[in-house]
Amino acid sequence: MSVTATARIRAVADGRGATSLPVLESGGPLALRRTRSPDAAFARVTVVGAMSAPLGGDRLAVEARAEDGARVSVDSAAATVALPGAGPDAGPASYDVRLSVGEGAELHWLPEQLVSAYGSELDMTTRAELASTARLVLREEQVLGRQGESTGRLSTRLTVRRAGRPLLDQQTAYGPGAPGGWDGSAVLGGHRAVGQLLLVDPAFEGGVPAPRLLGPTAALTPLAGPAVLVTALAADARLLRAVLDEALKVLLKESKALRNA
Amino acid sequence: MTTRAALLVLADGRFPAGGHAHSGGAEPAVKAGRIRDAQDLADFCLGRLHTTGLTSAALAAAAALGLDPLALDEAADARTPSPALRGVARKLGRQLMRAARATWPSPELAALAEARPRGAHQPVVLGLTARAAGLGPADAAHCVAYEAVSGPATAVVRLLSLDPFEATAVLARLAPALDQVAEQAAEAARHGIDALPAASAPLLDISAEAHSAWPVRLFAS
Repeated sequence: MSVTATARIRAVADGRGATSLPVLESGGPLALRRTRSPDAAFARVTVVGAMSAPLGGDRLAVEARAEDGARVSVDSAAATVALPGAGPDAGPASYDVRLSVGEGAELHWLPEQLVSAYGSELDMTTRAELASTARLVLREEQVLGRQGESTGRLSTRLTVRRAGRPLLDQQTAYGPGAPGGWDGSAVLGGHRAVGQLLLVDPAFEGGVPAPRLLGPTAALTPLAGPAVLVTALAADARLLRAVLDEALKVLLKESKALRNA
Repeated sequence: MTTRAALLVLADGRFPAGGHAHSGGAEPAVKAGRIRDAQDLADFCLGRLHTTGLTSAALAAAAALGLDPLALDEAADARTPSPALRGVARKLGRQLMRAARATWPSPELAALAEARPRGAHQPVVLGLTARAAGLGPADAAHCVAYEAVSGPATAVVRLLSLDPFEATAVLARLAPALDQVAEQAAEAARHGIDALPAASAPLLDISAEAHSAWPVRLFAS
């Protein structure tokens, strides 16, 4: 039996320097918990997987809105594992993330990895709509197959618009049934973990960080707007996270220095 | 109007638009040992065709169809996270623009040249060029999809001293996939800018950044 469910988060500035969460709605397997934030200026939400999902045929969605001036950080308690559906005709699952960040607002979207288990089929989309003074920190990691397992079919699309204009649009398709060459020397080169870290910050209008390599298969690239994207490939999830964590630390420091300048 | 000959002129590797100086990411792939023979080249080309090849072909098809070239140029930026590759795309766009305006002058090409004096993304310029030459979206998509694989194949002949017959055989075997990608690109263009594919290749983006920092290289990209 497949599931259709949407979880919703709405964060608003409470006028006293903190952020409240007037909407925190769990949906199906996506249970939301308000958790303790290490930074008092941020509200924090943790997505707790209440059951294994998504399974083939499931249609899951998360909507998170940070209204003007709100600051919210969303993470998850565990990796999301895409699994095959119950029957042979379960069909692909879908998982849609819709983010919106208002003027002067800040959203950190830092979920754990998405793991594509053997036999699963998942189409994932992430769309972020940003106001011109919004800040966004977004991490996406895909792991192709569990330990020692070959991958399922995974397609993703990440679309970020800022002030109504396109800022970043990236689409990937991996696994059996994906167009040919996905595992070859132009796309993944045999790597099993792939990730992106995006930082959009109006402070970068005054000077976006220079491009640099973060190892043999990772690069930090300034986009054609006040934003930086880190793209990394690694043999496994742990090595990938190490690269992205280090990049996040450096980028947050650089953007903070720019804002205080 | 018959346009087959115009398509041959535009798709000819000798069309003076500067493409021959670029390996499409093959040079860093050869250096990293990821392309060692004709089979590796075929894998590389297939991956490139289905990612940046499709994305670029759809941008070209959309420009040939008459969608707003400046909005397409912006869409191309959003689909090109590597500043090295954005630079290459604009440089190639500027070179193609010069050749195109001499070959098939049109008010639309002139307007884009004026709006983007440092160059628009090459696939957008190619789509407008095709339009000026009386060609259609599918023709433009075919041109760009073919360029996506012919550039690396030609480069690998030089980089690995690969037998040119073998490299050409790789391209010939890709013909059905090329037709399919061009068709998909032309179809996507009919659904507007937001529906255009954005297929990306992480390794091409990362290695383009590494390659652009090499002190000595045979190809510009």
